[in-house]
This record gives sequence, C-alpha cells and structure tokens, in this order.
Amino acid sequence: MVESPKMIANLLPVTVRDVSVIANQKTILRDINLEIACGTRTVILGANGAGKSTLLRVLHGLVKPSSGVATSVRGAPLGDVQLRAHDAMLFQRPVMLRTSAFNNVLYATQHLSPTKRNGDGEPQAVWEALRAVGLEGIADRPARVLSGGEQQRIAFARALVRRPEVLYLDEPTASLDPRSARQIEDCIQCAASSGVTIVMSTHHLALAKRVAESIIFLHEGRITEATPAQVFFLQPQSTEGREFLYGEAI
Amino acid sequence: MNSLTDAFVGALQLILNADATLLSIIGLSLQVSVSAVALASVLGLVLGSLIAVSRFPGRSLVIAILNATMGLPPVVIGLLVYMLLSRAGPLGSYGLLFTPTAMVIAQVILISPIIAALSRQTIEDAWRDYREQLASLGVRGVSAARTLLWDSRFSLVTITLAGLGRACAEVGAVMIVGGNIDGVTRVMTTAIALETTKGDLPLAMSLGIVLVLIVLAINILAQSLKSFAERRYG
Amino acid sequence: MKKTRQEHVIGIVAACVATLGISAANAQERFITVASTTSTEQSGLFGHLLPIFKRDTGIDVRVVALGTGQALDTGRRGDADVVFVHDKVAEEKFVAEGFGVERIEVMYNDFVLVGPKADPAKANGRDISLGLKRLADSKAAFVSRGDKSGTHAAELRYWKAAGVDLDATKGAWYRETGSGMGSALNTASAMNAYILTDRGTWLSFKNRGELAIQVEGDAKLFNQYGVMLVNPVKHPHVKRDLGQRFIDWLVSVAGQKAIADYKIGGEQLFFPNAKPPMKKAA
Repeated sequence: MVESPKMIANLLPVTVRDVSVIANQKTILRDINLEIACGTRTVILGANGAGKSTLLRVLHGLVKPSSGVATSVRGAPLGDVQLRAHDAMLFQRPVMLRTSAFNNVLYATQHLSPTKRNGDGEPQAVWEALRAVGLEGIADRPARVLSGGEQQRIAFARALVRRPEVLYLDEPTASLDPRSARQIEDCIQCAASSGVTIVMSTHHLALAKRVAESIIFLHEGRITEATPAQVFFLQPQSTEGREFLYGEAI
Repeated sequence: MNSLTDAFVGALQLILNADATLLSIIGLSLQVSVSAVALASVLGLVLGSLIAVSRFPGRSLVIAILNATMGLPPVVIGLLVYMLLSRAGPLGSYGLLFTPTAMVIAQVILISPIIAALSRQTIEDAWRDYREQLASLGVRGVSAARTLLWDSRFSLVTITLAGLGRACAEVGAVMIVGGNIDGVTRVMTTAIALETTKGDLPLAMSLGIVLVLIVLAINILAQSLKSFAERRYG
Repeated sequence: MKKTRQEHVIGIVAACVATLGISAANAQERFITVASTTSTEQSGLFGHLLPIFKRDTGIDVRVVALGTGQALDTGRRGDADVVFVHDKVAEEKFVAEGFGVERIEVMYNDFVLVGPKADPAKANGRDISLGLKRLADSKAAFVSRGDKSGTHAAELRYWKAAGVDLDATKGAWYRETGSGMGSALNTASAMNAYILTDRGTWLSFKNRGELAIQVEGDAKLFNQYGVMLVNPVKHPHVKRDLGQRFIDWLVSVAGQKAIADYKIGGEQLFFPNAKPPMKKAA
C-alpha cells in the first residue's frame, strides 16, 4: 500500500515551531512546538476544546497558523497544496459522495498530483484499498446507504488509496459502535505496520493505549506533555495529564 | 358549480381531441419555458454556487437582494424587457419584441434569481459539510464546485422544477413582450387570459386545467426519476 | 457521471439553439406586425380576414391586440408596421406628429350600450345621449374601460354630448376598471352594471349573465376604424412595402368584401366604408 520503507527512512520529521492559532480573537493553540518522526504512531489526548482537532488540521494543512511555522515530511511548509498528496486525513464523521463506494474511493485518486497518479492502475489501487478495509464485497453499493462503520471504512480506503506517508485521524471511532471501532482500529494497525506515520486524536483511552508509541497531551491550547506512551499511562508528568487520566478512572 | 363541471369536461375534450392549435400552443409554451429554464439554470447555478462558496464584504446584503428578487413582479420584468427590446429602446435594432425569444429573455430574468437564490442555499449547506473533506483530498476551485453541484443534483432538480413551474404559470411578462400573437407568441397562459377577456370562462378554465395537468405530469416524471436515481446512488 | 454531464450541456445548448431557431426561421418569412384593438381581434374579424389576405399575397400578419391608445404608442415606438384602430382624434394626432404616414378610413362598426335586462335606469331606446343622462340621474352602476382606448374615448365623448359632467357627478356608481373590453365586460356582468361596448366584442362575448343591449342604432354610436402605415422616415426598419400592401388590400374591393362578409350568428359586425375610388388589390 505504501512506498518502500527505504524511502520513508529518507523523510524528515513533521516539525512545528512556535505555532499559535487565533480565531475570532480566541486563542485556540499557543506556542506549539513538536516533532513527529516518520513511521511513528502518535496519539493526541486532551479534554474537549483543548485544541486537538485544530492541531491535527494545522498538521494536515487545513488550518493556517496565525504565527509560527510547520513543515512536513518533505521539508516544505504545511498547507502547501502540492504536499497534500503526501498525507491524508480521516474525520470523525465521514463525508460520502452521492455515488457508489467504489467511486468514492476512485474520486480520491482523481485529484492527486500527476506524479502520484497511477494512470490505468487506478481501479486496481481502488480494489486494493477496498480489500484492505475488508469492503470489496460492497463496492457497488451507494455509499450513503452504508452503515456508519462501513462509511468510515470507505473513508479509510479513500485515505489509503492516496498512498499517504502520514495519516491523520480525528477521533475516527467516536461515533462508531464497538465492533466498527475495532474494525477501524485494525485498519489503523495495518497501515501503521506497513510504515505509514499515524497521528490520531481520540477520547478512547483503550484505543490510545493500543495504538500509541508517544502521547501529546493538550490543555487549553498548550502542549503540557509530550512523552512516550508507557510513561504517560503509567505516570503522567503534568498535573493536567494526571487529572485527565484520573477523571477517566472515575 | 355547473360551469366548473363544464370546465373539467371541456378540459377532457380538449385533451382527447388533441386539436392542432392547442398542441402548437402547448408546444410553444414548453419550448419557451424549457429554454428559459435551461438558460436560467446555467446562470442561476453559476451565480448561486459562486456566492455560496465565496466570502466578500457585503455578502449578506447580496444574499438579501438575491432572495428579494425571487418576488419580482412578472409585469415589472415584462415592462423592463419591453423597454429594452422596443425599437425605441437600446436593443431595438435586433427586432426581438413580439417574438418567442423576447419571451425567453423575460422568463430567464424572472427565473434566474429563483434558481440562484435556492441553489445558493443548497450548495452552501453542502459546502459546509464537504469543505474539509474536499480540501483534505486536494480538491479545490472549479473541481470542488463541480463535485458540490453534482452531489446536490437531486435538490437542484427540484429547484429547477420550481423555476419551470413559475415559467409555465407566468402570464404578465410574456403577454407584454410577446404580444399574444396568434400562432407566433400565444402560449397557454396568454391564451387563458384571452379566453377570459372574451368571456368564455369554461374554455379558459379548461385550458387552465390542461396547463396544470402538463406541469403535474412533468413533476411526476421528474419525481420518479429522482427517486429511482436516489435508490441507485443513495 | 461525466458523460451524463456532457449530455446535460448538449441538451441545454440544443434548447437554446431551438429557441433562437424559432425567431430566425420567423425572420425569413414575410410578415408584418399590426398593432390593433381588442375589438377587432376578439370579435374574430382578424381570424376571418388574415387567412384571405395571406392567400392573396402570401404575407403573414401578426396582430398585437391592445387598446387604441396603447396600439398608437406601439406604433410611435416603432414596434409595429401598421396601426389599425378606432379613435379619429388620436389617429389624426398620430399622423400630425409624423408617426403615421396617412390615415385611411376602412370600415365602421357601432357601439351599443349594454345593461341589466331589468333596465333599472330606464335607458332603453335609440338615443345614446338620453340613455346616458338617465344613467347619471339614477346613478345606476356603470363600468368604464378607463384605459384610454378608442372605446373609452368614445364613451367620454358621449357623456359630454349628453351634458353630463362626469367630474362633478361620478361617484361610486361609476367604476373605472382600467382594463380591456373583455375584462370590463366580465366586470359589468359580475356587477350587473351598464357598459358601453363595441357590437363585435359583445356578440362574441360569452359570459353575458343578466346583460342585454339597451341602446343601439343611434348614428352617434358609429365607430370609424382607420389604418395607418407607421412612418418609415421615423422608423427606417418599418416594412413599408408589405405594410402598404396590407393597407391597400383592406381598402380594395376584395378586402372590403371580406370585411362585409364577416358575420356572427348571421349578423354583420363591420361595415366597409373606404372612400372611393377603391384601390385595386395589390
């Protein structure tokens, strides 16, 4: 599904320097500094309104920082449209186009930059992506009539078919039942094992524990903690992190 | 009550006899209204989608004006087009007054704001849902607009039908710019107006019933196509 | 999905071409536009005359039926080639202003005063002045066109001749509708009111209700029609030759006979009276 590990090894980390985001005179993110190495699995945690979604959107280039710089795996500034081909994002609520599941995935290949396009191989790539999420059997069904879980997996296939180097996931299981959530988790693990960099926000702590190598903890728009996952879950370094986990325990 | 019964019987007879004059009047009505709706759809959809996806100062004022123009009185539009197309007017040299083309022009002006205003709302709603997903896939500008239009197609068909209904039912504007010339610019509505002034109320009503039936048939057809397509494409 | 979109575009383009096609095809035909009155159109006179004229000359005549005032305005703006109306004073003014070439008398019909069968104003008779005087005295409901048409102008002249000062006496009984002959008749029928109408429109009018003719046959009620070519000097695009052929035909033996032949229920509506020598049909 992805380019060879050798190429990935050549990629730079995603870096964020002094990034702040201010919208409607409200500071959503302030002085964010972080570095995400390629091939790693990072989970962003934090309470509602902490800025997790905005941070993911800054990384994916959907939100422009009010100040500071963010650079992607290719060393260019994030948000550059040319680079959008190198990452993909899964949203909490999948947006399905009014067409078949197959065409929904195919659509994602039709807007890739020419270098990334596969020409006649595209339908083949679409079938591979659908197989990867286990939905090749319903390729012809209208996407809008599928269940929420199936729609999210189609969205996952749509992200995979772009052969992303980095995959951003914004609470991908939040509106799914446990079984569907499990299927999405399998997809994430599968992508990660083939070398895709994973950056995910979630409130689902069990999922976070299983997926994360490292944790970024956000509180009121600031990073209060960026630690390896084992450290965070055993002994959070910040008061906010402890309160967050403690709240979860109750 | 009696003359209403007469009207329904008359309508039935008109349809069964399929009188050549009536057929040509119906044909012209459809030709004028469908052409007008086709042109107005292009104009209205372009304008509606542009306003839907763009942000500029005074946008809400533009939307308010657009929504208000949905209620433009046809007679006023008729007068405007009359003055433009009259030999004494700025476009007089084309000699378009009292032709079907003049009627199409008037109806385009009448319907475009309706299609623009309604599609603006539809596309803006779709844009709110789709914006991030499309941006994430690197789809921008014209491609994004095309995707939005295509995905809203069922709602847009309904909007277009509303435009067609208005066009077919309109009399004020086409009477003024068409002149209700027998065999040239006489359409269903102006024929109804004429029969009314001749005092033949049952015949006028029969024509009215035929008109309603035609519009109804078009809507039923469109509705069944729509539900068929919705089952197919979700 | 893409293909269907192309089909849409093709369909739209085809529809536009079809529309433009109608007017392009029409432009090649030989036709003139005549601004005339609702009385000539709605009485069916044109429906009778024009096919004969077309057979004789191959020229199509497109009639826009309006009130006399509007018809003259249409000619003034150059939107018609020929004006065919019935208000001598306004027609002479039209020619004097240079908009019409020459006023030629073609035919006359007559006005009738129509009112409730019960005739509450006792207007019945042959004298229009007397009839209107009684209407004003009894303040019986009267519907006026009020639209500056030839009929409206005639009505105002008759009130004047009857010695009724409308400005002083008109009240709720005098209703100005501002509409065409047929619409005004519908109003009168609904209100069971008196109304002045041309005989042709009355004879072809179907929604009469309780109305019947109360005054007819007064020489004052004769209603002269005149025809004028719109002045090509003012409006160079006017189809001078085709328009003139229509006028020549109307006053020719053939045209005058065709006018006299038109009847509804055996009753002749229009009486040709073009001044001799009658011109030969073109």
